[in-house]
Amino acid sequence: MQELIQAVQNSQTFLSGLSEAALAIIFFVLFGLVFATVAAVCALVFVYLERKISAHMQDRLGPMEVNTGIPLLKNIGHGWAQTLADAFKLLLKEDIVPNAADRRLHLIAPFILFCAVIAAFSVMPFGEKLVVSDMNIGVFFVLAITSFSVIGVILAGWASNNKWSLLGGMRSAAQIVSYEIPSGLVVLVIVMQVGSLRFNDIVMAQAGGILHWHIFQFFPLNLIAFIISFLATLAEANRAPFDLPEAESELTAGFATEYSGFKWAIFYLSEYANMFLIGIFLSALFLGGWTSPFGSLFGGFFDKPGWQPVWIILKAVAIIFLQMWLRWTLPRLRVDQLMYTSWKVLTPFAFVTIFGVGLWMLF
Amino acid sequence: MFNNIFKKQRYYFDSEGLLVVDMSPSSAVHYQEAVQAATQDAGFSGEDMVINFGPQHPSTHGVLRLEVVLEGELVKKVTPHLGYLHRNFEKHAEYIPYNEIVPYTDRLDYLAAMNMNLGYVLAVEKLLGLTELPERVEYIRVICAEFNRIASHLMAIGTFGLDAGAITPFLWAFRDREKILDLFEWLSGARMLYNYIWVGGVARDLPDGWVEKAKEFLDYFEPMMVEFNNLLTHNHIFIERTAHIGILPADVAINYAATGPVLRGSGVKWDLRRDQPYSIYDRFEFDIPVGEGMYGPVGSAFDRYWVRIREIEESVKILRQALDQIPEGDVFEAIPRKIRPPAGKEAYFRSEAPRGEIGFYIRSNGSDIPDRVKCRSSCFVNISLIDEISRGQLVADLVINIGSIDIVLGEVDR
Repeated sequence: MQELIQAVQNSQTFLSGLSEAALAIIFFVLFGLVFATVAAVCALVFVYLERKISAHMQDRLGPMEVNTGIPLLKNIGHGWAQTLADAFKLLLKEDIVPNAADRRLHLIAPFILFCAVIAAFSVMPFGEKLVVSDMNIGVFFVLAITSFSVIGVILAGWASNNKWSLLGGMRSAAQIVSYEIPSGLVVLVIVMQVGSLRFNDIVMAQAGGILHWHIFQFFPLNLIAFIISFLATLAEANRAPFDLPEAESELTAGFATEYSGFKWAIFYLSEYANMFLIGIFLSALFLGGWTSPFGSLFGGFFDKPGWQPVWIILKAVAIIFLQMWLRWTLPRLRVDQLMYTSWKVLTPFAFVTIFGVGLWMLF
Repeated sequence: MFNNIFKKQRYYFDSEGLLVVDMSPSSAVHYQEAVQAATQDAGFSGEDMVINFGPQHPSTHGVLRLEVVLEGELVKKVTPHLGYLHRNFEKHAEYIPYNEIVPYTDRLDYLAAMNMNLGYVLAVEKLLGLTELPERVEYIRVICAEFNRIASHLMAIGTFGLDAGAITPFLWAFRDREKILDLFEWLSGARMLYNYIWVGGVARDLPDGWVEKAKEFLDYFEPMMVEFNNLLTHNHIFIERTAHIGILPADVAINYAATGPVLRGSGVKWDLRRDQPYSIYDRFEFDIPVGEGMYGPVGSAFDRYWVRIREIEESVKILRQALDQIPEGDVFEAIPRKIRPPAGKEAYFRSEAPRGEIGFYIRSNGSDIPDRVKCRSSCFVNISLIDEISRGQLVADLVINIGSIDIVLGEVDR
């Protein structure tokens, strides 16, 4: 960021006269807009992906009708515009707020959730240079900022003044707080190995092809760490089989019961943006981030910087596919089983991996 | 009028036990205060929460309303409130001729309309003393009833998975159920409310090639059930969710007069098709599956689900035999020209529908219109167990328990 500001100040454009603080604000707003847009577009793509993946797993076709509308190409495209149409529908829908709801809290709750997710994108390494802010505490920042999402969910549950929403909000609070512990612990495993909290350091430690990825180091300790991390982040994102806060068959729609229209769309957007975030986060930590799986094969062609965002997004999509696969296969856990999984299975194993990697590094 | 009686009170309970809060400006009570006061007066502590489960809730399988008292997520009391789908079947039946009641029976258990038709028609035939029916009619009736049992159980196990949070098994079950409905559509012209089984016969003969298509379906269907079991039944999470909850001991089940898979899930081997064979059920080889407690105590929600899975297999067995043995014949020859039983005769007939025993009591008055028709509904009896098996469990378990009882509100409310 500072390099960028310096470069602009040294350039001969009309912006060079501005102070450093003003430029910083302009860039922050710009990047914020870009990431919010990118996250929204990604979310649209993932919603479409989820519909199609679930449809094919369930012997259905999924949306097929909403295509371009050009006469000859009418039936080509597998309903790609369906999510677009749905997004517009949600924007135009009436925003219903229950009479007894706390209107202000009801309004800001989805945005807190959305901001918590989008803010975490600011340290996500899409490439060596393609990162808004390559902080030296990047991993820690992600863990900290995503914890904010629980406030959004609780607020939504509380402000709706609906018993089902309240139950959903409370479940979510318990769930996210419990699963932050194993997910935070296993991150330590990687941080110990790299010796840095900066995302680019972590990614560069895995350069040189698929065999250098963290997931294959210290076998099988890092693999276990990856699985724990995957499950814990799945639970933090309220995805099945840990989707208790919005368990449709129990709590109608949980904390989102009383939301409609644009506010509901924001919840939906946050969920898919969160999935994308988890994909990027896990691939940066365990799957080599933006480095190519081929290393120096093919003359290092795939190692060129232009490929970096492609690789990390491909890896993220693979993780997202895994999340969807689980969602459409498994039943939901019960509250006590959820807590059991976190405290009696994931957390002890997370400690074991930390201890094991520590010993391995000592000797 | 009611408002005048209770003018001094901020709230009162109406005849159904519903809480009514006086929201008129003069009373000026905050709604929540009144609800709190009411719940305290009703004997619940301040920690308890009274919550309305339905009628517009995704997993009440229709328009059931449960009034649930919760302590946190723990269920302390469940009271079912019925009547949202009441259609006055019994009173209607007193005004229309015997054969015109058949379409009304479709609407009782609309997921197993063939079995409802059959139950009513057999009761009328008992009233008329009509015992000698063409062989072909009997076979067609059994085939339809068993196909509909499979379709109905597919719906039950699919939505049971849905209650547990598994969505894919539901759609797989629907995919196969759809094929049975296609067969029925070909046969009767309707996909859900068939009006196919008539007094003394059936509405029309099997179309050419129907038997072959039905056999083809069975060949296709059996591997699909294996796949289904691999996806849902043997899933560890699913077993953990269902095998230890909703325990219904056999004596309690009998005391409540539970029937069908709910009774058999508790280990009681009672099935009217075997114990009081009607139609031609005594000619077929089949087992009566009962709850075995494979993964937990006998009588759990899982056992009721497992009984349904096994019953599908048994129905396939019956169907294979019936489709092989079905003779030629005229299906219309025994249909009576007029149904006019002598005055004062009465008959009660019960048969095994997918959800339990469906019984019809009919009394005649000498005309072509019955004097009285009473329907004994299995779902109505089974739903009264919900408090017994759900108390002390979590909300998530309550959902599973409703699914394991498998009610159809059309039959509960009639």
